[in-house]
Amino acid sequence: MNHEEGNNARNESLAMKKSGLCMTIEGVTKDFISGKRTVRALDNFSASVKKGIVTGLIGPDGAGKTTLMRIAAGLLVPDSGHVSILGMDSTTDFLAVQSSIGYMPQRFGLYEDLTVQENLDLYADLHDIPASKRQARYDELMNMTGLAPFTSRLAGRLSGGMKQKLGLACSLMNVPELLILDEPTVGVDPVSRRELWEIVYRQVRDENMSVLLSTAYLDEAERCQEVILIHEGIFLGQDSPEVFSRSLAGNSFMLTPDEGQKRRLQEELSHTDGVVDAIILGSKVRLVTEEPVDAHEVERRFCKNTGFRAESVPPRFEDAFIKLLRDRLKDRGEIQDSTPVSRTPVEGNPDEEVINVRNLVRKFGDFYAVRGISFSVRHGEIFGLLGANGAGKSTTFRMLCGLLPASGGHLMVAGKDLRTAGAEARANVGYMAQKFSLYPELTVVQNLKFFSSAYGLEGKYRKERIRWALDSFQLEPLKDVRSADLPLGYKQRLALAAALMHEPPILFLDEPTSGVDPLARREFWRHINALAQAGVTVMVTTHFMEEAEYCDRMVIMAQGEILAQGTPEELKARFRTDKNPNPTMEDTFIALIEKHEAEKDRGGH
Amino acid sequence: MSRTEKGAKFPAGARSPRSTSGRHVSRGINRTRLKGLIRKEMYQIIRDPSSIGIAFVLPVILLLIFGYGVSLDAKHVPVAVVIDKPSREVSDFISGFRQSAYFRPVIMNNIKEAEHAVMTREVDGIIWFRSNFGRQMFLEGNAPVEVILNGVDANKARITQGYITGVWIKWLERYALEKGVRLRMPATVKHRIWFNASVRSRNYLVPGLIAIIMTLIGAMLTSMVIAREWERGTMEALIVTPVSMKEIIIGKVVPYFFLGMSGMVLSVLMAVWIFHVPLRGSILALTAGSALFMLTAIFMGLLISTAAGSQFVAGQIAIVITFLPAFILSGFVFDIGSMPVPIQWLTHIVPARYFVSMLQTIFLAGNIWPIFITNCLWLMGMGAFFMMVIKKKSRKRLE
Repeated sequence: MNHEEGNNARNESLAMKKSGLCMTIEGVTKDFISGKRTVRALDNFSASVKKGIVTGLIGPDGAGKTTLMRIAAGLLVPDSGHVSILGMDSTTDFLAVQSSIGYMPQRFGLYEDLTVQENLDLYADLHDIPASKRQARYDELMNMTGLAPFTSRLAGRLSGGMKQKLGLACSLMNVPELLILDEPTVGVDPVSRRELWEIVYRQVRDENMSVLLSTAYLDEAERCQEVILIHEGIFLGQDSPEVFSRSLAGNSFMLTPDEGQKRRLQEELSHTDGVVDAIILGSKVRLVTEEPVDAHEVERRFCKNTGFRAESVPPRFEDAFIKLLRDRLKDRGEIQDSTPVSRTPVEGNPDEEVINVRNLVRKFGDFYAVRGISFSVRHGEIFGLLGANGAGKSTTFRMLCGLLPASGGHLMVAGKDLRTAGAEARANVGYMAQKFSLYPELTVVQNLKFFSSAYGLEGKYRKERIRWALDSFQLEPLKDVRSADLPLGYKQRLALAAALMHEPPILFLDEPTSGVDPLARREFWRHINALAQAGVTVMVTTHFMEEAEYCDRMVIMAQGEILAQGTPEELKARFRTDKNPNPTMEDTFIALIEKHEAEKDRGGH
Repeated sequence: MSRTEKGAKFPAGARSPRSTSGRHVSRGINRTRLKGLIRKEMYQIIRDPSSIGIAFVLPVILLLIFGYGVSLDAKHVPVAVVIDKPSREVSDFISGFRQSAYFRPVIMNNIKEAEHAVMTREVDGIIWFRSNFGRQMFLEGNAPVEVILNGVDANKARITQGYITGVWIKWLERYALEKGVRLRMPATVKHRIWFNASVRSRNYLVPGLIAIIMTLIGAMLTSMVIAREWERGTMEALIVTPVSMKEIIIGKVVPYFFLGMSGMVLSVLMAVWIFHVPLRGSILALTAGSALFMLTAIFMGLLISTAAGSQFVAGQIAIVITFLPAFILSGFVFDIGSMPVPIQWLTHIVPARYFVSMLQTIFLAGNIWPIFITNCLWLMGMGAFFMMVIKKKSRKRLE
């Protein structure tokens, strides 16, 4: 480094201190080569992070969040542009950067075969913290994370939420000036999620720490003091979340449709001009319009065939994000007004119990993954299993699909136990697995051909179904692309198409939309709604609180037990208080968990 | 309560627990960090059954299999004996086979039966005395004993052939003595087998096996534990601390070096005490040579781990480029001198080759310094080369 550059760096550092920035990202571009394709993860990305606040990097999976954070932490070298942290270049001066930041990667990097204490010791050693100061720091971190009683436990034996908190504690060991957290709340239960946020804010308050945190959950954006929006490697905007949502003040409404009409109403609104967004929330439909209007005008203008009452509600951050994404698509002329999938109606009595589960138990060794749960799903219903990772959702699902034998209890799907019933019983079921079980090296058409033949479709009918799949899911232009090379949203469409090839009357969806962008998620649910309208019984697992709102009825699971079941409205109503007259699904979930813990404690003493 | 305590220890703004080095990052080696890394690795070794398995259980199993099960010696070879016309001379000849520990003669009625026995691998060869054996011996003084050997196992066939010749010469001597004639041969061969007088294949298999075991511990275990860190994402968290790559590498080499050397000690003890392999060279030379090889093997492991992203791939690569060559091309079982010349060249890039030669010499022949030093130099050269590549390849980066 010559003198002039040294001076520049010093000047920059000085300027940064004055401006109150702790990180500047300037024109960063980064390409990755995967096979024969070059993927642009970041495209001339510029943004900045202010000192002493929590900044959120908001975008769906594959938006480039992790790449950006890795470049900032000196783990990747940008193709062009640079990231400067506290006046130091994160590529050329990475060792200095790394000693002043705390970084928690997505898979938090704990040594699972080391105890909590040994993990702490390792990070204290790595940061060369003097022995005299260690105990005090340990005590502080353990009290803050509530891990004090577990210091001698192996990290691998902690629950998901506790692991995440330990990861956070390790990255806070050296009291970094800047804390970088890559999706710290993925898969964490809402209670631990809330605790994580508290810890983060405490660092900002007590240590004047600056925090950059990435997330794909739009509801979390509202907890940040400032957000940077990223989509497909492109910078979409930066401001405080209120500024974003305020831009849509007067555009958001809650509609109460006539009984049983919510899906029709939503579908109708989805392709009405002047509508940005229409989603189902329990028994209601949330509407965002292009222009600010008043509630009466909404009832007049948008009500054509379905009756509803409209009520003005405060805008959310998500509304603004959706509008940004839609405007971007519109500018590029990519917006398609797709129609949801068609399905020949499934005959059936709405009171018929298509899925029936009684006292279902599954043990792994002496660990109960599912402990005696009971519920039933009726014809044409969308039924949700909501819970954090490790709550027992996927285990329940696998038993229902006949992939895993139950340790006890009784279960029926369309009157049969799929574990023992023959292949023809399985033809009643379509299954879309977590992470979409597609063959990555086969093209779109080859995948569809494979799945249709696996379900025994033949001849003309098979051809018809493949044509149907290509048309309904707009896969025609991509039909010769290898499924590994598809964008996430298209993979999801293809996986759904594959599960529907044999027109099953029952559909199982395991975490179907985790990580896809909000537009793709909306489109996905339009298809699911249309299927339910046609009488398909849909069962879905999710850890997304928002997604649960699409369900007609649902159960909330934790530690293998059902904490509550009912319609989203009923569940939320149980925790309506004067202080919180409109509890969200997340509030409900947390309240249920706390109630459950309290009951267990009472039972234990 | 904790608030006031904390307030006292960390007054606002005073960032006490910040690292002592602060922003002054030294590129050298920090002892606290290194100690932390080594301690972490030790805990992981102790708690991971597969590390212990590869370092201690595998050597025991391999040594037992090779020590007891595999033998390249031909002993109690079953041979069919077909005698068309019994005579005193013939039965005298046969008794030579009966007394030999190398043969187990089976008398068969006719050549058809014997041929069938060879086909079904009941016997490995036929010794056939035709009906005119006695007549030819007396009349012409030159009667052929027909020997048919199953050449499928070429090695065994050759050894058996040698043994039969031995039996034949013994019989000739005895016959001559009986007749009161001195058997006159222009020259005779006098065998003296050095270093392994009893010609036990175990004596050279076991030292060679130690090289194989050390290759497994060094290259395979090391590459897999590093790949595991990448796989589980712990490496990503680790390298974003102020730790230097040098520290990470030394932090891996030291624990696995000691683990490998412990496996080595175990193997040597088993070789000497259970298999009674003589250890004629100095323990010091053995230790020094093993340490050198261990380091080379660990460097290979480190190198593999830079290329492999998962434990599975690391294990596969380690088997293909370290274990198999060590097995086939090191001279452990197959003699390098009898390989085709291009293959002989190839063996020079197999570090195990030098260690096998070193071990076989130290165990069976003693301190032959020229061999020891040549092999050490080769190993040092390879170790240094691997280290240079590692230094060039490993950066605190994800790409």
